[in-house]
Amino acid sequence: MQQNELTATEESQFTNSCAKRRGADGDRIFRWLTFLFAAAVLLILGLMIFEMTKESLPSITKFGGRFISGSNWDAVQEDFASLPFLYGSIVSSILAILLATPLSVATALFITEVAPNRIGTVAASLIELLAAIPSVIYGLWGILVMAPWLQRTIQPWLADHFGFLPFFSGAPYGVSMMAGVLILAIMIIPIITAISREVLLAVPQSQREAAVALGATKWEMIRIAVLPYGRSGILGGVILGLGRAIGETMAVTMVIGNTPQISLSLLSPAYTMPSVIANEFAEATNALHSSALMEIGLILLVVTLIINVFARLLIWKVTKGHKGGVA
Amino acid sequence: MLKKISIFALACLMATVTLAGAETLINGAGATFPYPLYSKWFSEYAKIDTSVKFNYQSIGSGGGIKQITAQTVDFGASDKFLSDAELKAAPGKLLHIPTVMGAVVVTYNVPGIAKGLKLNSEDVANIFLGKIIKWNDKRIADDNPGVNLPDKAIIVVHRSDGSGTTSIFTDYLSGVNSEWEQKVGKGASVKWPVGLGGKGNEGVAGQIKTTQYTIGYVELAYAFENKLPFATLKNKSGSWVEPSIKTTSAAAAAAVKNMPADYRLSLVNQPAKDAYPIVGFTWLLLYQDQKDKTKGKKLVEFLTWSMHQGQKMAAPMLYAPLPESVMKMVENTIKTIK
Repeated sequence: MQQNELTATEESQFTNSCAKRRGADGDRIFRWLTFLFAAAVLLILGLMIFEMTKESLPSITKFGGRFISGSNWDAVQEDFASLPFLYGSIVSSILAILLATPLSVATALFITEVAPNRIGTVAASLIELLAAIPSVIYGLWGILVMAPWLQRTIQPWLADHFGFLPFFSGAPYGVSMMAGVLILAIMIIPIITAISREVLLAVPQSQREAAVALGATKWEMIRIAVLPYGRSGILGGVILGLGRAIGETMAVTMVIGNTPQISLSLLSPAYTMPSVIANEFAEATNALHSSALMEIGLILLVVTLIINVFARLLIWKVTKGHKGGVA
Repeated sequence: MLKKISIFALACLMATVTLAGAETLINGAGATFPYPLYSKWFSEYAKIDTSVKFNYQSIGSGGGIKQITAQTVDFGASDKFLSDAELKAAPGKLLHIPTVMGAVVVTYNVPGIAKGLKLNSEDVANIFLGKIIKWNDKRIADDNPGVNLPDKAIIVVHRSDGSGTTSIFTDYLSGVNSEWEQKVGKGASVKWPVGLGGKGNEGVAGQIKTTQYTIGYVELAYAFENKLPFATLKNKSGSWVEPSIKTTSAAAAAAVKNMPADYRLSLVNQPAKDAYPIVGFTWLLLYQDQKDKTKGKKLVEFLTWSMHQGQKMAAPMLYAPLPESVMKMVENTIKTIK
């Protein structure tokens, strides 16, 4: 009898441990599986860097540092340098961010803090819809509607009244750095707005109530209670927007004028790194030409990496010292 | 039992193999310019010979040359002919088979001049060099008596993407102006002295349509379909020629006596009276020694067809057909494919 009982206990212990082990197996498989996926991402990135470096080697050895500091791009003479593209990419992206960020944050604030609930929801889904429009559509609209409009209205006015500034000198062509910046800004506003909105929605209600209880007006409440709380999240959204802006190809190519030159004027055409790759890669039969385009791709990758590292540092810096109040 | 099953499986396998063998799939890649015509050819040809199926990727001439050299496709297509070095890099003897011709027109947007602006080639080169900067420049005015040319700056628009159109156009400019030849040269992408870059024919045309006082170049077919105004050019023999299918074919007819056996010939600036000056062949590229003999045989049949029935489909689609004399030459070349 007793023995029977013992066996029963043993048995139940045995099944228990079995179940545990099965669970442990599942855990182990899960751990390896996720590790594998995470490693695959790194592996692909590593392979990409390796392959791009390998392909751009002829260009790197031939031109060296001159490739980054020079500004001649001549496929016929086989002389390549990338500074105008680097300049165009960085300037257009940064200007687009400067333009889009205040607009996006203000829109997000309107949706979450000011607008009645129903209007806010409708506005939010409309903005998300904007993010789904393919970039070639933005580009077509840019070249057929926006650029001619700029050329007729804003650009001549700027040239007439502020033409003495280097930023607005030259003839208005429509397609220009300005058109590129505007189209980029329009394209990244939905992203920054959507993320800012999510971040602002995550600010606890008590935070707002506390500010209002202290006698804050709506603006003061936003300034002291809502924005500091969402600061790091909004910055994250801005970084994502910058990432999209610097990598955007089609829409920018269609409106920026594709002229490799470095000009301070917003009215003059420019060129970006993704644009030159998209434009010339398919027809680059010459080995050095495609190698130079590959090197531009590599530089683009490095620039994106640097921006991301800076962004991380910035977010750390901003969130430091705000522990407790900040998510 | 097991034996029976395996025999059955084997029979099934063989059946599929023979079925698949019944249809030959021929892969090609290359130029975008002739793509509409080629896809029409392939679909029409599929009705005549149901045992062959063509698959063509229009990835651009550069891609076509790369893929045929790497032997990843059965034929390539290109708007530019291969250099001697490129031919040497190929693992076998590559043939150029000209299929049709295209032309490039100079289009513009000047209010008040709806059509028929006359430009001599020296002026075209000087405009694209940035040396003629106003529409009412004396050099342009001299060729256009009675036309009211505005005192406005010329805005030059060119292709920003590498393309066969640019290749033909810069070849033409190199032929008519030595400064262009030395400073800029010819190629699918060049370093433009002046102007704005538009992506594709549609980018250039869009820019010109929406901006006054612009000048640029697009494919003839694209200009005709979109009813863009085009300039009448002065050709090498000194006569004024409008771009058309007829004047394009005339350029090839004029070149017959200098036609090299491998058809690697630029057709710009032909000296005939009725020849339009900015014209070029588009070629199919294939190996003379076909690895897969069935495919080779099918290709020969198709190419022969393209020289007869195929040529008749060209003009309605705004491609210039090969002149009779060139057609005969090409047919003989096709026969050498094994």
